[in-house]
Amino acid sequence: MALTREEVLHIARLARVGLTEDDVTKFQQQLSQILDHFDALSRIDTEGVPPTTHTLALEGVMAADEPQPSLPRDAVLANAPVEQDGHLRVRAVLEDT
Amino acid sequence: MPDDLPFLTITEARGLLDRREVSAVELTRAVLDRLIDVDERVKAYVTVTDHMAMAAAMAADRRIAAGESTPLLGIPAAIKDVISTRGVRTTCSSRMLEDFVPPYDAHVIERLTAAGAVMAGKTNMDEFAMGSSTENSAFFTTHNPWALDRVPGGSSGGSAAATAAGEALFALGSDTGGSIRQPAALCGVVGVKPTYGRVSRYGLVAFASSLDQIGPFTRSVRDAAIVLNAICGLDARDATSAPVETPDFTAGLTGDLRGLRIGVPREYLPDSLEPAVRQVFLDAIEQVRSLGADVDFDLSLPSTEAALAVYYVLAPSEASANLARYDGVKYGYSYQDGASMWENMERTRQHGFGDEVKRRIMLGTYALSTGYYDAYYLKAQKVRTLIRREFDAAFEKYGAILTPVTPTPAFRIGEKANDPVAMYLSDIFTLPVNIAGLPGASVPSGFVEADGKQLPVGLQILAKPFDEATMLRVGHAYEQATEWHKRRPAL
Repeated sequence: MALTREEVLHIARLARVGLTEDDVTKFQQQLSQILDHFDALSRIDTEGVPPTTHTLALEGVMAADEPQPSLPRDAVLANAPVEQDGHLRVRAVLEDT
Repeated sequence: MPDDLPFLTITEARGLLDRREVSAVELTRAVLDRLIDVDERVKAYVTVTDHMAMAAAMAADRRIAAGESTPLLGIPAAIKDVISTRGVRTTCSSRMLEDFVPPYDAHVIERLTAAGAVMAGKTNMDEFAMGSSTENSAFFTTHNPWALDRVPGGSSGGSAAATAAGEALFALGSDTGGSIRQPAALCGVVGVKPTYGRVSRYGLVAFASSLDQIGPFTRSVRDAAIVLNAICGLDARDATSAPVETPDFTAGLTGDLRGLRIGVPREYLPDSLEPAVRQVFLDAIEQVRSLGADVDFDLSLPSTEAALAVYYVLAPSEASANLARYDGVKYGYSYQDGASMWENMERTRQHGFGDEVKRRIMLGTYALSTGYYDAYYLKAQKVRTLIRREFDAAFEKYGAILTPVTPTPAFRIGEKANDPVAMYLSDIFTLPVNIAGLPGASVPSGFVEADGKQLPVGLQILAKPFDEATMLRVGHAYEQATEWHKRRPAL
């Protein structure tokens, strides 16, 4: 199945991955080639077969609702790209784009 | 003191340490010296923690002097750089995490530290564990110790190469679609992917959460059992950690396979299997048969043909969600010069991720997007059910299943680097095991010649969920009857 250039750009935008012009051309070709192999799925009859999200038969694992210490703020912020007053600093989310 | 300390098995080293013939400091020094000697050529390590290692070795010697003798006390290990280590950078071989220093240890690191193991360093891998050769590392490619112009396999290629080259006595890796078993086969060492749920994923940087499992690389099956004893077990911090007992995995290594029924599925002997690799596999089957097992070739797992598609829908879908966290805000690489928050995020991910990671994120985003969810993601999950059912039915009849690990031996560096599908096909025999959540092991089973070099090949042993004991029993019996695991690469 061949992806169009527009579809590649749409997926990249959904995934928030910036691409160069060359990237778009390359990924259009490579992703289309990979999608061709997905045809193997349509050849398998799955009528009445339930989906498996997980191979372990565990459901609703519960933990006691007890407060636990979290990581110290300094330890978490040590990896922050931009920190201010003990917080992560982010560009305004709602500014015009 | 033996002159080949870096090539001791854990079991052999334990004896020397306990008899005070070698100290943990001497053993660690020997491994670090070996690393200095060969890693310029092998390039297994991203970070060498030599000072920490010597301190840990000294601490181990104090525990040994106090009379303690636990299996991993004072044993040098290499850790794949996808496993979080407090205070030691954990890069996932990605620009995105090049300077990331985790504030906590993974569960398996807590376990190894408590056991007294000595971490020599963090090993190279395909970026975020996506790949089969380490060529997707953002830093450098690891070289196969048996043929330096060839790949070690991946994604845990650094851990496999370190174990094969005597740069650690054992290593940890992670396996999402074959990332332990495939490099173990290509580097001629033992590699084990435990049953999904056996080992806590707490602190394992997530790739595909329903498929990822941590496991060991070792130079003997007994050693693999020893490491599994240390790292398996329930951990409340991983909701998919299985509430099952951890048996002593060394207990069933009897060398005897009498009474065991073993199946060989025909879908794992396709035309694409290289003839020399097929011959090595058939020879291994004969060996297993001679140990008393009843081997049956009349087994079919028909959904196997769709496993590659199932995997490349499910794993990228999970990855696209897991890797959404790399937004340049909380940690990791961050582009700051864009005109808006969205541009910063897009540029962060553009520059921070390599091509394979971008391909998989986009593939997963597509498979989960409106209009394609039913055709791809849901359909793949249904086929996943069929793949598991076929294995379940086979294990009603057989105690273990044997297959080749890879269709070819190690390929040349660069040979498949620009052909994603060709690269994906090198994992066709290992992917179904993760899809079904089974335990799988790769054990050295012979060599094939290419360009005048001897290249290792592996035998894959599968068992039903949580029956690692049978898998290890088969691997151990086969190993004891052969000499393949004793060969060393000439470096």
